Amino acid sequence: MADVAVKTKEVTPQVSGAPKAEDALQARLAALDLPAGGFTAAARRDALARLRAMGLPGPRDEYWRYTDPATFSAAKAGAIGMEADEGPDGPLFDDLDRLKIVFVDGIFDADASDDLALDGIEIASLSQADGSGEHWAADLYGSLESAGQKPVARPFAALNTAAAKDGVLIRVTGRPSRPIHLIYRRRDEAADATWHHLVRVEAGAEATLLETGMAGARTNGVIEADLARGARLHHVAARRVGHEAVGLSHIFARVAAEAQFKSFTLSVNGTLMRHEGVIEFVGDDAVAHIAAAVLGDGKSGRFHHDDTIFITHGAERCESRQVFKKVLKNGAVGVFQGKILVRPGAQKTDGYQISQALLLDERSQFLAKPELEIYADDVVCSHGSTTGAIDEEAMFYLRSRGVPKDRAIVFLVLSFLADALQEVEDDGLRGQINDRLEAWLTRHATQ
Amino acid sequence: MLKIDNLHVKLEEEDKQILKGLSLEVPAGQVHAIMGPNGSGKSTLSYVLSGRDGYEVTDGSASLDGADLLDMEPEERAAAGLFLAFQYPVEIPGVGNMTFLRTAVNAQRKARGEEEMTSGEFLKAIREKARELQIDAEMLKRPVNVGFSGGEKKRNEILQMAMLAPRMCIMDETDSGLDVDAMRLVADGVNALRSPDRSFLVITHYQRLLNHIQPDMVHIMSKGRIVKSGGPDLALQVEEDGYGDLLAEAG
Repeated sequence: MADVAVKTKEVTPQVSGAPKAEDALQARLAALDLPAGGFTAAARRDALARLRAMGLPGPRDEYWRYTDPATFSAAKAGAIGMEADEGPDGPLFDDLDRLKIVFVDGIFDADASDDLALDGIEIASLSQADGSGEHWAADLYGSLESAGQKPVARPFAALNTAAAKDGVLIRVTGRPSRPIHLIYRRRDEAADATWHHLVRVEAGAEATLLETGMAGARTNGVIEADLARGARLHHVAARRVGHEAVGLSHIFARVAAEAQFKSFTLSVNGTLMRHEGVIEFVGDDAVAHIAAAVLGDGKSGRFHHDDTIFITHGAERCESRQVFKKVLKNGAVGVFQGKILVRPGAQKTDGYQISQALLLDERSQFLAKPELEIYADDVVCSHGSTTGAIDEEAMFYLRSRGVPKDRAIVFLVLSFLADALQEVEDDGLRGQINDRLEAWLTRHATQ
Repeated sequence: MLKIDNLHVKLEEEDKQILKGLSLEVPAGQVHAIMGPNGSGKSTLSYVLSGRDGYEVTDGSASLDGADLLDMEPEERAAAGLFLAFQYPVEIPGVGNMTFLRTAVNAQRKARGEEEMTSGEFLKAIREKARELQIDAEMLKRPVNVGFSGGEKKRNEILQMAMLAPRMCIMDETDSGLDVDAMRLVADGVNALRSPDRSFLVITHYQRLLNHIQPDMVHIMSKGRIVKSGGPDLALQVEEDGYGDLLAEAG
């Protein structure tokens, strides 16, 4: 190496920065009116102490490199318009036989919800159950969130555990005949909704959990999903939100031996959205798939969507699969941070990750940071990331058959998203999502 | 039906002239073949006629039934009755063959001011045509050309041709990559579509396809021009002697 003197610029530590950050956290907490909690009280106190120790993320935080956390850190949510959140197509999954659980501004609405009794499953609202000191969920509340803080801090998830107003507690003991559908609505135009769901799927049990709608002007949602041996959980979230919406969500999953966890998110619109998925295999021969289809149009202002995934293989012969697809136009920004961590001894791990963006114009951008960290020697792990435009060859092929250009774009976008949608196991659900996507794309193709 | 006059075409991105004054006329009901060595501009001709991006017409004209083709978008040319069977049909994962074809058929009908086909009518028609072409019903449900063999892709092109019922079909090296049986099946499909008001322009390297699809005229293309035209015998002459003598003779 050549001996060259390099002059480095000294960076003065910002002494004034620390108290300012503390003030911000203080202001954020003050605006929240923290519940004392019943069975969750200890977990809430613990989360608050952890949050104070880690602080809210700053703009220099590596994990927030591509997404500015300021909007999530701000003391209050900004008011946003009360446009019909479902859009012109109406609510999704409306004609499905399912058990509806409605939340308004993040608070359980018993009157709008179905009867929560269903064979093979126990359901309660967090706010109602939290009046007492004992509950099956006491061991779970905050435990996966807390475990998921290492090696990367997730302050907003700790904030959620401390501050969650409501949520649903689901214990699956059998095979309920209907999917559970969580429907989010909002009433207050500046609702700052914070909810926390717990899902425990007991050994050999199986359930489908659906989420749709928009819960607030700013949302902070956490799901802790605990899958026992041989359990199965299918999670499908379809989020078509208003253009101004700001949302943050975390899903923490602990997957025991031979269990199967599948999570798919469709995300349409929003100003600033970040979804973190934190999955850990704790038993052998388990499967976890996490996928997303994201459609972003920056036409109505800003669009920034961030998927941040962390999968830990802590057992042998587990299969993980991450499939993330983003369609971006009019200056939309997509972010993907995806990590596979293979612990020592997690032999025969099969880890796969793909993140792809389809840019419909030159102003949109995709920022991807795939990471593999492997400490076992007998594993198969692969990752790929691509960014591209519409395939001209395919476009010409379709048009040469008489398919008009706008319609051809819809076909090619659906084609691009197909791999992610394939992760929705149920044909009926997948079909409904596909139809919804097609309708949305057809409306937006020309704009 | 198809009239090409003194067509000059260069690549848009670079200063390279590909077609240098090509003239050709295909009357209604006729099959014309274009043969020629690699690089003579055969595929470019098919792309320019069907409206692919990347080419610039610097002179000349091309019309279908009197309508100026070069002025139209690719989908407008299709609605006007032009069809290009691709040398390499494109795979489109996630889009069902049936959905795609029904959209294409109805888009063309709509563009021509005709009534759209109902799904029942469409299903009936496509099943019938698929059977004739020995295309498995399962294949219709699969994504467009995904996982199709070379022969299946070409048969799928002919199926599309049959469903879209174009006036003018251009076939770009449809025989490439096909074994004898597959080629015969494709040729049978094409022959079944021959009619007094439908014409074909068959672009091929080899004479063998023309044993199955009998042309009315054969044109030899070289360096962006038609250098010799004649009856079916001309193709046999190419097969026996190669292009060398013919081109030398044409100067």
